[in-house]
Amino acid sequence: MTHTTVHRLSEFAVGLLFGLGLLLSGMTDPGKVLGFLDLAGAWDPSLALVMGGAIAVGFFAFGAAKNRTTNFFGGALHLPTAKDIDKRLVIGGLLFGAGWGMAGFCPGPGIVTMATGEPKAVVFVIAMIAGMLVFQFTDRKPKS
Amino acid sequence: MTIDWANFTPWMSLGGGILLGIASAVFILVNGRILGISGILGGLLAPKTGDVGWRIAFVLGMLAAPMTLSLLTPDDFLSAPRIDADYVMIGIAGLLVGYGTRLGSGCTSGHGVCGLSRLSPRSLVATGIFMAAGFAIVFVIRHLL
Repeated sequence: MTHTTVHRLSEFAVGLLFGLGLLLSGMTDPGKVLGFLDLAGAWDPSLALVMGGAIAVGFFAFGAAKNRTTNFFGGALHLPTAKDIDKRLVIGGLLFGAGWGMAGFCPGPGIVTMATGEPKAVVFVIAMIAGMLVFQFTDRKPKS
Repeated sequence: MTIDWANFTPWMSLGGGILLGIASAVFILVNGRILGISGILGGLLAPKTGDVGWRIAFVLGMLAAPMTLSLLTPDDFLSAPRIDADYVMIGIAGLLVGYGTRLGSGCTSGHGVCGLSRLSPRSLVATGIFMAAGFAIVFVIRHLL
């Protein structure tokens, strides 16, 4: 196998693992997501455990990543450099959170649920891509 | 506040969350990439030479997840997704999620999982804001309208 093939297979495997995690955790069920976001109703705390479980593992991984300059394949380690807490971050978060609360889908679960053939998830993903394209073609700030 | 014990799934959610953490850990350490879905997709919409293959491979892996799970588990292992929103609301929500995640440089995975794992103040603010907006809009839809 060529290096490129190994890379593509590893990325595919990580995508698959991530998709399985979303399915098992309940993130792909909008009813469950909204049960978590509905503090005033009957509150389902499950999603706090999803975040907690993910971060508990991620914390050690990113701690290790900080002390490295390359990934295990010897390539670059692409860690974010942006630090600014600005209007874009705040407004983007508000719009995203509003959409998340309306549908119960965030980007990953939308894509995974689309693959089950669920028509509403298909519509969600098409609209999400349209929203991303609107941003891309109207954004004035050059992307770093 | 009342707890919805009937729908609470602590072990499945914790287990699923740990898988999300492992995937994020492998992606940064082995592949050198942040596992953030909106960023991975956004990069596909503005493709750059040499920066496309890994994104496609990852997304294909995600798309293969439901079929893989159905091969590994009994028929009724996962219940069907419960989607209250009608098509109009879904469409508006999708637009907001797409635009908002690009403007804010991340979503639940990039800011919520990877960013908080890195102890990034920027991601902590982003996560606090999108969660607060989610709480607020659900309150409006379920309890005020």
